[in-house]
Amino acid sequence: MANDTAFHPQNDDKMTEPFLIGDSMTGGYGKGPDILHDCTISVNRGEIAVIVGPNGAGKSTAMKAVFGMLDVRGGAVRLDGDDITALTPQQRVVQGMGFVPQTSNIFTSLTVEENLEMGAFIRRDDFRGTMAQVYDLFPILKEKRLQAAGELSGGQRQQVAVGRALMTQPKVLMLDEPTAGVSPIVMDELFDRIIEVARTGIPILMVEQNARQALEIADKGYVLVQGRNAHTGTGKELLADSEVRRSFLGG
Amino acid sequence: MNTSVRNTALFAFVGLLILGTGIVQGWNSALLILNMGLISAIMSLGVNLQWGFAGLFNVGVMGFVALGGLAAVLVSMPPVTEAWAAGGLRVIAGLLLGAATIAAAIYARSHMTGRTRSIALLAILIGGFFLFRAVFDGGVSAVEAINPASTGYLGGLGLPILFSWPVGGLLAAGAAWIIGKTALGLRSDYLAIATLGIAEIIIALLKNEDWLARGVKNVIGLPRPVPREIDLQRDAGFVERAASLGLDPVIASTLYTKIGYAILFSIVLIILLWLAQKALNSPWGRMMRAIRDNEVAAEAMGKNVKARHLQIFILGSAICGIAGAMMTTLDGQLTPGSYQPLRFTFLVWVMVIVGGSGNNFGAVLGGLLIWWLWVQVEPLGRGLMELVTSGMADGSSLKKSLLDSAAYMRLFTMGVILLVVLRFSPRGLIPER
Amino acid sequence: MDLLNSLIVLTNFVLVPALAYGAQLAIGALGVTLIYGILRFSNFAHGDTMAFSTTITILFTWWFQSIGANFGPLPTALLALPFGIAITALLMLGTDRIVYRFYRQQKAKPVILVIVSMGVMFVMNGLVRFIIGVGDQNFADGERFIFTVREFRDWSGLEEGFGIRTTQAITVITAVIVVALLFWFLNKTRTGKSMRAFSDNEDLALLSGINPERVVMVTWLIVAALTTIAGVLYGLDKSFKPFTYFQLLLPIFAAAIVGGLGSPLGAIAGGFVIAFSEVTITYAWKKVLVYALPDGLEPSGLAQLMSTDYKFAVSFVILIIVLLFRPTGLFKGQSV
Ligand SMILES: Nc1ncnc2c1ncn2[C@@H]1O[C@H](COP(=O)(O)OP(=O)(O)OP(=O)(O)O)[C@@H](O)[C@H]1O
Ligand SMILES: [Mg+2]
Repeated sequence: MANDTAFHPQNDDKMTEPFLIGDSMTGGYGKGPDILHDCTISVNRGEIAVIVGPNGAGKSTAMKAVFGMLDVRGGAVRLDGDDITALTPQQRVVQGMGFVPQTSNIFTSLTVEENLEMGAFIRRDDFRGTMAQVYDLFPILKEKRLQAAGELSGGQRQQVAVGRALMTQPKVLMLDEPTAGVSPIVMDELFDRIIEVARTGIPILMVEQNARQALEIADKGYVLVQGRNAHTGTGKELLADSEVRRSFLGG
Repeated sequence: MNTSVRNTALFAFVGLLILGTGIVQGWNSALLILNMGLISAIMSLGVNLQWGFAGLFNVGVMGFVALGGLAAVLVSMPPVTEAWAAGGLRVIAGLLLGAATIAAAIYARSHMTGRTRSIALLAILIGGFFLFRAVFDGGVSAVEAINPASTGYLGGLGLPILFSWPVGGLLAAGAAWIIGKTALGLRSDYLAIATLGIAEIIIALLKNEDWLARGVKNVIGLPRPVPREIDLQRDAGFVERAASLGLDPVIASTLYTKIGYAILFSIVLIILLWLAQKALNSPWGRMMRAIRDNEVAAEAMGKNVKARHLQIFILGSAICGIAGAMMTTLDGQLTPGSYQPLRFTFLVWVMVIVGGSGNNFGAVLGGLLIWWLWVQVEPLGRGLMELVTSGMADGSSLKKSLLDSAAYMRLFTMGVILLVVLRFSPRGLIPER
Repeated sequence: MDLLNSLIVLTNFVLVPALAYGAQLAIGALGVTLIYGILRFSNFAHGDTMAFSTTITILFTWWFQSIGANFGPLPTALLALPFGIAITALLMLGTDRIVYRFYRQQKAKPVILVIVSMGVMFVMNGLVRFIIGVGDQNFADGERFIFTVREFRDWSGLEEGFGIRTTQAITVITAVIVVALLFWFLNKTRTGKSMRAFSDNEDLALLSGINPERVVMVTWLIVAALTTIAGVLYGLDKSFKPFTYFQLLLPIFAAAIVGGLGSPLGAIAGGFVIAFSEVTITYAWKKVLVYALPDGLEPSGLAQLMSTDYKFAVSFVILIIVLLFRPTGLFKGQSV
């Protein structure tokens, strides 16, 4: 699927740069110390980019920075060539970004269907078609659509979370550890679904704890360590890199 | 301006307010304000201990103050021997039975399991309740039948009323222990609601349990820790000394007793303030504030947050109880009907917030200042209303209702002051260092 | 033994009054629980806001009465209700604008907001007394009874009877309508769902593009309607006295906590739990028992568990039991 740009007509000056990029971001939470140091992450059109790294490396922080949930002191965020550094998260949603946070990423007391509806909150048009697509992608959700999302299993919740983010028909999807806390079988299943989403032309920027598997499906990979870019390359390059293998993939 | 100069200036300002009151409205009024101001300062010291040191939100101050008032009666009034003879022991036996029931229920709860436990608990509680009522009710009616117009209660221990001050603290501490045990460790608003409830219940008890302190029939004529005015006026030596100062003996005697109270109250305030300062700067105080600022971290460091909170909650409530006993001593009577939550609970909160939560001196300053305001807003409001209505025809209903409503100006004013301080100077007049 | 008469006495003195009182508490607790769920603090000004909204409604009622407008057999206050709601809504939005919003933007701790609500309570307290004084106001008019005890007795030929006051019937019917509307709103409309979403997970709601200020505004509007309705129904059923409304804070909070703070369904359940406990525990059961028990076993005393002066103790004890054994309440609120 690499460089599959069929969904997005090429545009010369915009093709020089990734679709979404957090460029040399430096910053932290509130008045606290900097967590990110000159950190760059990006995803190209039609690709999957994966961020891996040890716990506490700042992966989630980098995602939040890209989504405008914390103020970056240095660097910029650009979407499709436009500088969006100053936009609030809500405005970024309107601009076409979808985000699934690592934790509390569903409305537990709302039903599955209501979760999806809330995902589409900013849309004023008829979103039933999108909902049908999400149900096609995650059939189990259709079955459980009237059940409270908090009563679902971990893997099902992650599907709700991804489905919620898809409801705005985002132009780019950001997933923070979508496979956290799910069994290996469900994980494979989820990866397949994510690839399926990517195939529809939505670029995906995701953080993954299961580095090996994630890098296998990644067009581009980032290894973050202590808020800095430690290694960057295509998924295959990183998998082949002996140092990356030794430090992050367990040999 | 450095802080100690500033703080001294603030205290001097309050002193001037009181002095000014003395010059304009007479020394009697000034001393009245000072005395209640000192008591208010003690209450706000207690609340500051809980809120400023530990972030505990107690809105049951009134209840603890009323328990102090009860202590004043129970310690100082002479025992009513006929009442004791008629039903005193039965009342006590009833209360013991009640306590035994609760103890048995708690024992059963911790030593049994499953369905037998539920059945046993239910049996103990229901059986205990009826047993308690059977014994207790008879005793109560016997006690209340004894000379109801003047006694109709068990009386007290007949000890000097000064003893009631620490006893008031103990009673309040006991109540605080019960509340703290249940509501601490939960959300902060739960403690607030639980304390709000216990205060209402304590007042209901005082109003309705006539055998205890005559209920709404009030206990009047409590013994006093300072000489009575009448006795002073009859004392030839005192009259002579007053005359030598150029004072009328009646005025001299009222001033003398009020100054006596002021001295006693100041001593208590200074002792408590000193202790509170010691506590604030001790390792214990530092730990308290550390817990307040980051409960999670403190818990992670192995601090028993709930036990520490219980400690400080009890201490703060006990101080309110002491202040309550002092207040009843000053009034010379216990009138349960006069306890109003706005006056006794929420006003104390205004004192703490305005004075500066977390700072003992701030709490004392707030107590004195807000009390002065509370007393003065009413005449000020009335003056204002008189000015506003001066053009209206006498006897017009609008004029009358406007004049009447001046009394409520102070609630409004206090609310506005609280909101303004919270918004623009949330750390208060004398901020925590 | 005469179970039928016993049941009728019970209906007259326990079931009907408790049902009406429970409905009033439930609507009051719904207001508390909504504020808690959306704005995340316990609003201590709730009782006094109820007093304020009732005061306004009473003023309109008096005005309507003076110009001769009435609602037939129903109390004129029902006509005045929308006006009371409107003015209360304005007051609440104004209060939010000049008081609460600042702390929301500061992301102040909930307990600070509780203290702020205490300041608002003082102001409301002064305002209400300023407008209407401290005394009792009875503003119920129209038909007093739907049917009286005597009418029931004549009709049924039984020894005992029970009556239903108009205000009791209105209370229960209004409560049913209000609750149905509220639940329809919360569960079926886009705005209602966004309120629930906001209450459930504020950050995610923001990420979904839900506008918090709008959610807060709608909440205040609903709460204004709920407080006014609760206050007016209580005032019609009993009587209006500012201090009583302050005291209602305790049973209302108890109801909201027993049900689970933040849970609307819980608030309703809690309201009835508190009301029924309060009434049954402070009711003198003698008359019921005289009918219900076999001859010779009748109680000698009043068979009253607790004097009515201690009705607050009932809410309080239930509250404590819930805090001890199930701090999240019956319906799993957001708390602890
Ligand atoms: N809300 C926050 N406020 C302050 N510091 C935070 C916050 N969230 C995270 N941090 C800090 O930022 C650093 C990076 O955290 P982050 O959550 O980005 O790591 P991560 O790479 O996502 O780890 P994990 O694999 O465990 O999810 C950590 O040191 C953490 O303590
Ligand atoms: Mg993370």
